[in-house]
Amino acid sequence: MKIVVAIKQVPERDAQVRINPTGKWIEESGLQYALNESDAYALEEALQLKEKHGGEVIVISAGPERVGQTIREALAKGADRAIHIDCDDLGNRDALGVARLLAAAVKPENPDLVLTGLQSEDLGLGQTGVIVAELLNLPHATLILHVEVLDAEGKAQIKVKRELEEGWFQTIELPTPAVLTIQSGGNKLRYATLMGIKRAKTKEVRRVTAAELAVDATPVVILDQILLPHKQKSTQMLPGSPKEAAAALAEKLKFEVRVL
Amino acid sequence: MSGILVVLELQTTSGQRAGRISRISWEALAAGQKLAAAQSLNITAAILGANTESLAAEIAAKGIATIRVDHPLLAQYTPDGFTLALQQLIQSESPTQVVFPHTYQVRDYAPALAARLNQVLISDVVDIAPGPVFTRQLMQGRLNGNYRSTGTGPCLISVQAGAFRAESTESATTPAEIKTFTPTIEAAQIRTIPGEPFRGSSQSVDLGSAQLIVSVGRGIKEAENIPIVQELANALGAELAASRPICDNGWLSMDHQVGSSGQTVSPKLYLAVGISGAIQHLVGMKGSQCIVAINKDPDAPIFEIADYGIVGDLFEVVPALTAAIKAAKQ
Repeated sequence: MKIVVAIKQVPERDAQVRINPTGKWIEESGLQYALNESDAYALEEALQLKEKHGGEVIVISAGPERVGQTIREALAKGADRAIHIDCDDLGNRDALGVARLLAAAVKPENPDLVLTGLQSEDLGLGQTGVIVAELLNLPHATLILHVEVLDAEGKAQIKVKRELEEGWFQTIELPTPAVLTIQSGGNKLRYATLMGIKRAKTKEVRRVTAAELAVDATPVVILDQILLPHKQKSTQMLPGSPKEAAAALAEKLKFEVRVL
Repeated sequence: MSGILVVLELQTTSGQRAGRISRISWEALAAGQKLAAAQSLNITAAILGANTESLAAEIAAKGIATIRVDHPLLAQYTPDGFTLALQQLIQSESPTQVVFPHTYQVRDYAPALAARLNQVLISDVVDIAPGPVFTRQLMQGRLNGNYRSTGTGPCLISVQAGAFRAESTESATTPAEIKTFTPTIEAAQIRTIPGEPFRGSSQSVDLGSAQLIVSVGRGIKEAENIPIVQELANALGAELAASRPICDNGWLSMDHQVGSSGQTVSPKLYLAVGISGAIQHLVGMKGSQCIVAINKDPDAPIFEIADYGIVGDLFEVVPALTAAIKAAKQ
């Protein structure tokens, strides 16, 4: 089974994000980056499928030079090789523009499965996987927690567990090749072993530039301005030492919220 | 048509589609009405399914012109069926904007539908300003982004639960017109086979009826630290809940989860400990009467919606609060 996993490098969860002087993007200098969480689960699902059924896991990521670090981490966890779409203007492309890059790079690989996380932690669009499926003309399913390979009458078919709202699930059967977006929590994430980190250094990372992929980069949707959110409520902040703040809160809970 | 098209969805109860329109769909309609008024455009609602007569009547009773997109192959939701049907409807009606509720179902097909029309869905919109400019949240709710469409075709947007008030959609004296649109779909075009919904694990924690909830997030760092928060919950007589990462890690069972993929709660008190307040969590608890947040990060989005906040180390604040509550109760 040949599986491509599309991963994204995003600012670290606890990073202090600031708006840059253009007002159109965040200040990137000094930011720490990490692998997007649901993409980590997509990678884990791919690695487990490979362990069960054999095959190859290829990670693909679009972005500038720094993305190489996240790609190495994925290789250290067990991916076999990687494709880095070298692209400095990711922020100027809309979801369709980014999906076009990924689809163009994935297509020649002819994978059985394309997995990616259900949404990124920075933009939170939650669309890349679905658009890639559309561009590659493949069936898809989203919010997937588990993938089971069925081999009925030699026809390549998978059965997936999809999350619905409010704690409900459903199974969906679909033919491969297919695109799945993976929800977090379906598996336990592995750490890279020391051996894995060592081996990652020798694994193939093929670089391809956005220009070489020759896809349309003209956006139809533009992020015009980034702003700090308006406060929806006036929050009473309780200052002081932990003990003082806790005492003040207990007062409020007793006399204002009246729950004690 | 050059108007606003709003795609409504059915309420799901216990995983099943019920015979009525969902609340978030009425909110999407309210957003559509806002867009229509600002641009002096007409508004039309669409409902997809098989046998949609009574649903269409429910919408038309509010004075909204309604299109029944009716086909036996739309009886069950599939991304292929819904994408095909709406692609044909949009090409036939040429709306200026198409508004969807931002649900799991819409997230499953609307991005593909948009791509097929050479458009990009502006997803999870929380506000609309003249232009139109659409505001959506970035960086887990820490920042807002203003988006606009530069395309020439229809602009597709989905609106976040709770962002627009459904109350503004009132009944009309005379019901509006209902049209039927029959898309051309063949069974072979539907590539996925959906199964019946089922419940994951047995639901032993009913947060929906809890009056007091203490909820724990990533800030707790390790499973071994959960008892600190459990003691606070015990002191308050509150139910213990959690944000998704805690349940993903197996530190608490899935039925403790509050948020879009877990339970939606509106208790008298929601005390969030070490929860930054990602959108997916906030939609599950922002209806709480009083929200208290304890977090080390003063910029955490949870403080945007909190009534009371303490910026500090939860490992110091929580035990102190447990002690203070015990003392205050005596």
